[in-house]
Amino acid sequence: MKSFLQKLVETPAPSGHERLVREFVRAEIETLVDELTVDQMGNLIARKGQPQAAGLKMMLIAHLDEAGLAATHIDEQGFVRFLPVGQLTPINCLGSRVQFLNGAQGIICAEQLTDENKRLTFDRLFIDLGLSSRADCPLRIGDQAVLLQPFGEHGGRVTGKALDNRAGVAVLVETLRQMHTRQFHSLHELYFVFSVQGQVGARGAMTAAYAINPDIGLAIAATPSGDAPGGRRPGVRLGQGPAIRVRDGGTIFDPAIVDWMVRTAEATDIPFQMEVVEKEYTGGRAIQLSRAGAPVGCLSLPCRYMHSALEMMDCQDLQNGTRLLIELLGRPFVAGRSNPL
Amino acid sequence: MVVEFGPDSLPGLSIGDAQICLLERLCNACAVSGNESEVRQIVLEQVRPFASEVRVDALGNVLALRRGQIRQPLRVMVAAHMDEVGMMLMDDEGDGVFRFELIGGVDVAHLPGKSVYIGRAHLPGVIGRPLSFTADEDQDTEVFGDGPDNKIPLASLRIDVSPDNAKKVKVGDYVTFTTAFTRLGPSLRAKAFDDRIGVAILIELFRNAPPNIDLQAAFTVQEEAGLRGAHVAAYALDPQLALVLDCTPARDLPHWEVDSAAAGCENALYNTRLGAGPAIYISDSSTIHDPRLVRHLVETAEALGIPYQIRQPGGGGTDAGAVHRQRTGIPSVSVSVPGRYIHTPATIIRLEDWQNSLRLAHAALSRLSPAILDIER
Repeated sequence: MKSFLQKLVETPAPSGHERLVREFVRAEIETLVDELTVDQMGNLIARKGQPQAAGLKMMLIAHLDEAGLAATHIDEQGFVRFLPVGQLTPINCLGSRVQFLNGAQGIICAEQLTDENKRLTFDRLFIDLGLSSRADCPLRIGDQAVLLQPFGEHGGRVTGKALDNRAGVAVLVETLRQMHTRQFHSLHELYFVFSVQGQVGARGAMTAAYAINPDIGLAIAATPSGDAPGGRRPGVRLGQGPAIRVRDGGTIFDPAIVDWMVRTAEATDIPFQMEVVEKEYTGGRAIQLSRAGAPVGCLSLPCRYMHSALEMMDCQDLQNGTRLLIELLGRPFVAGRSNPL
Repeated sequence: MVVEFGPDSLPGLSIGDAQICLLERLCNACAVSGNESEVRQIVLEQVRPFASEVRVDALGNVLALRRGQIRQPLRVMVAAHMDEVGMMLMDDEGDGVFRFELIGGVDVAHLPGKSVYIGRAHLPGVIGRPLSFTADEDQDTEVFGDGPDNKIPLASLRIDVSPDNAKKVKVGDYVTFTTAFTRLGPSLRAKAFDDRIGVAILIELFRNAPPNIDLQAAFTVQEEAGLRGAHVAAYALDPQLALVLDCTPARDLPHWEVDSAAAGCENALYNTRLGAGPAIYISDSSTIHDPRLVRHLVETAEALGIPYQIRQPGGGGTDAGAVHRQRTGIPSVSVSVPGRYIHTPATIIRLEDWQNSLRLAHAALSRLSPAILDIER
């Protein structure tokens, strides 16, 4: 899974321009699913299984896109001003290399800070492509770039940009691979949705949920861990398993689904953590609020330094996340004792 | 079937006296978000003679259909919003003095001292600001007391209609600016070019609809309040793709502030420039525009020699924000006429930008074919 994750992470695909990573994923899963479509937003939607009496129509979702940058102005000397597309902050991209979708590369630099107390803002940053004038610049206003960072391995842990949410994508692909290898058939009619524009507000998720109209949704997402210096307390930790999310900034997850996930993990000895998140939200929100609504859950993968140029995750968490997902897909979803639904 | 033509071959596509008169009526009409009827009446009168179907929906959107003349035409929604930013009377403090609230993104710094119209009868009033003086003894100057960072708090402003008219207005009445439409050589000055210019362009497109599409014209409501009319209009029309016409800021004046670090530096935050042509959107805060449609607009402009500019990414929003997320997703793109001083009492646009925006929109619609959606986004 590590080398597959590396390829995913190294494919440039900022919000709104997910084609390259979508094509890569499509090639990987084409033979593993019953039906594949790409909708008008660019979401890749893969159906596996048929409607069955004991099962539900289930939508699993992970977003394909990464945060990127859009060129807003090229000045007389060829320096490029930009704005983020997605969840990036100025301090988190300062110093990073970037690569535009047309291949041009540069580095993110800041104007000399005369007042150190002034907060760094995007209008003080620019990209230096090493040019002498505007005429030399191969870019136009609106051209998109992604951060360029080498993928790193640290024992069982990996670093790279865009682990949020290429790790989620990897878990879904690995789930399909294992289902195929083990000839495993789910009770449920499954829709694996590799969605677009997740970094800018789960937009692809809205239209995919409307089209599929599922009975139940599960989002696979990265989640900020609290285990680095200055991290949030309490918070999930790397290496302690996937997190079962109870509530986040956009959704209160269905208690019956949370219960189902916890009991399944306990019954199969898969390590897991419980989590409550303050600000982030997922495509699960879009599924919950689509049409007349649907219950949703979220399986998340702990991630250090989210929304920065280099993030860190633990491969065991991804493996255990995949294990838990497969176990869930093999079980009926039964409303828990605590849930009157 | 694709209609090819040069910029001068369709007389109906020029901006003449009739078009300028219509725009004047549209801009002088008072129609703040939620209260669009003055503009709606003008729109209905203009589109009815050309429409296969017209209706007004539950929110007040005007939805007008002009059918194409080929088999299986592409269903295209073109939207422009009828509402303008404005204010609403909130609290009667007696003697004709009212506290008020903003509707839409009005820039409060532009309000003190402006004249306004209130209510259906367009009763005149003034936005007043109680002054407080701080005499600086060292420099012998008078400094007006302001909020932090010299920002004027909305709570310090009042609308004054004078005691005589106090009984003719009430809490909940809508308030607009009074700027009259006028021509200034190559430019026009009025209130509400955002988005009466889009409405005017859409009316012209509807009158001259190309035969290859079913043109679903959506004159929307409540854009300034959160893209609300467009949200329901897109659901009802269920188009195959959408073009949104709006008016976007041109902040293209040089940096004049003496003390700013930016003084004398290149203006890198202009958004768009006056006179540089229709502004094609790549992305704003609510939409990443469909690259297939962006490409189509750029190719059309270049093929026909129509001047255009790319709007700087980020910030702002248009009805496309609501349309593209509806149902299973509707490929959408926005094109705007650049305007200086948007969301203030008086905006300035260039006639040539209006002309080129109309030409570009018409040409782009004429050259659409269903094949554009066959390429994956």
